Amino acid sequence: MARFIVRRLLVAIPVLFGLSVILFLFLRLLPGGGPAEAILGQHATPQLVAQITATEGLDKPLYVQYLNYVGRLLHGDFGASFIDGREVAATFLIKFPATVELTIGALIFAVGLGIPLGRLAARHPNSWIDGIVTVISLFGISIPVFVLGYTLAFIFGVELHWLPTFGQLDPRLPINPVTHFAIIDAILAGHWYVIDAVAHLILPSIALGTIPLAVFTRITRASVIEVSNEDYVRTARAKGLTDRRVNDRHIMRNAWLPVTTVIGLETGALLAGAVLTETVFSWNGVGSWVVSSIQNHDYIVVQSLILIFATIFLTVNLIVDVGYAFLNPRIRYS
Amino acid sequence: MATSAAVTIAPTARVSRGLWHDAFRRLMRNRPAIVGLTCIAIFVFGAVFAPLIAPYGPTVGELSNSLQGPSLAHIMGTDLQGYDEFSRVLYGARISLTVGVIAVVFGLIGGTTVGAIAGGAGGLVDGFLMRVIDVLLAVPGILLAIGIVAWLGHGEIQIMLAVGISYSPIFARLLRGSLLALRESDYVIAARSMGASPVRILLRHMLPNALTPLIVQATLAAATAIIDVAGLGFLGLGPGDPRIAEWGEMLTDSSRFLQSAPYLIFFPGAAIVISAVGFNLLGDGLREALDPRLKR
Repeated sequence: MARFIVRRLLVAIPVLFGLSVILFLFLRLLPGGGPAEAILGQHATPQLVAQITATEGLDKPLYVQYLNYVGRLLHGDFGASFIDGREVAATFLIKFPATVELTIGALIFAVGLGIPLGRLAARHPNSWIDGIVTVISLFGISIPVFVLGYTLAFIFGVELHWLPTFGQLDPRLPINPVTHFAIIDAILAGHWYVIDAVAHLILPSIALGTIPLAVFTRITRASVIEVSNEDYVRTARAKGLTDRRVNDRHIMRNAWLPVTTVIGLETGALLAGAVLTETVFSWNGVGSWVVSSIQNHDYIVVQSLILIFATIFLTVNLIVDVGYAFLNPRIRYS
Repeated sequence: MATSAAVTIAPTARVSRGLWHDAFRRLMRNRPAIVGLTCIAIFVFGAVFAPLIAPYGPTVGELSNSLQGPSLAHIMGTDLQGYDEFSRVLYGARISLTVGVIAVVFGLIGGTTVGAIAGGAGGLVDGFLMRVIDVLLAVPGILLAIGIVAWLGHGEIQIMLAVGISYSPIFARLLRGSLLALRESDYVIAARSMGASPVRILLRHMLPNALTPLIVQATLAAATAIIDVAGLGFLGLGPGDPRIAEWGEMLTDSSRFLQSAPYLIFFPGAAIVISAVGFNLLGDGLREALDPRLKR
């Protein structure tokens, strides 16, 4: 098992190396003059360009610049925004909890609803139930996050006034940002403020979780149907086991395998989907930060955030692979 | 003698007219696929004949006429500039569908080239190209396209390239996988033993047999590409020309009018959903038509 993990870690290194080269060149090869001009944008004056070139070492040979860049990255220095001068790493630590909360909310929605729906459809294949589930998952993969987000905001926010449609917390509540996880901070503040935090999380989670919901439903349905046709399931039924026991012990145990892989893959997609969802619901996380940084031409932030997103994505995939090997002994020994 | 034997068999055996003809017949019998084709056809028709169908131009209107709800004169209402929403949805089909589909074509060209070289050459070349693909795949989803647009700047070609590049790894991996499986198949070994050149084996024997999963994947990718292109437009990374109607950009400022003009979200949103549903249904139908073994 340890060797398997080490081997997977070693595979991630060339990927991160390649990505760091591309992102390094991204900033150096931006259209519109040199990197200093690109970083400064409209604010570029000859003095500032000279100053940036000197402080960032932009006049040194490319390989020296690259080694400096990687050296800073390895020390956890992701540079600073040229708009407000704040360290990317520091702002990231404040904003990332909001994105994690949103991602977890979306996963709970997608897994909690997708897997039962998939199992339900698989139990009655080609029935009207199956048909309805198929149509739900078809629309789930066909509706853009922002269209669904605004539709939900219109119905449950504007028309029905049931749920809040922007931000993580009611700004009037006296809640101190301690952990920057809105729910945890609200619990710490007491007075049942946590209800407000959860209410804020519902609509964004549904909007972000709908594509994974459709994917999980489809894969669960296909996986359960496939396993149900296996010989050992027929044997289990033939020896008179109850339906429930066959489902839980013989079908789901095996049907879980492809489902877990897809859940891992979709977690990365959720992080990317957060970019759109956070913009729709004014969610103050990393996703809306990416968007505002691109709009402000804050390229250092964009560069660092893409690298951070990729690192998180690779880490999640690694965890999933290890979990998969743990669940499926056939992988471990091959 | 041979002819009489053929005559006696003919009435019982269904005449096969080749893979594509058979697949087409199966597709035409698949009801969801027909629904999908119809959805796409409606928008293609609307896009092509927009100047004839649309009651107004995409940028014709008065500011005084801004944010009017749906009425007989403007069946989908008017937007902030007073432009007719129905006309803009029609003209938007031109941009959104074309950009989405061409982006997939770009991804297909790039991906299959890399996949064919990797799967055909094998060894070090394969190893290197797959690491490059891994790097692209490490940036999740639409984020890669966002980064590329940020780098290339605004414009339709830039969006096509960005979405195309972000889709190419899927096609490269798919083709490489099929090619690796085909390398050990009997007819490829036969062609090799008869002295066919590697390039000829790749182009004549292996590629045609690896094509069907690519066609299915490309059709399904067209659905997500339309959504991603609209997403870029929504984030303000669209064509960047307010005179151009694009479904995603039309939704950008909708949140401000959620209360007063929800129809500004509903109509362009429905257009994106219906065209994506169309390509998804067609893709699923093609999968079943091209691989009869998958029949439910």
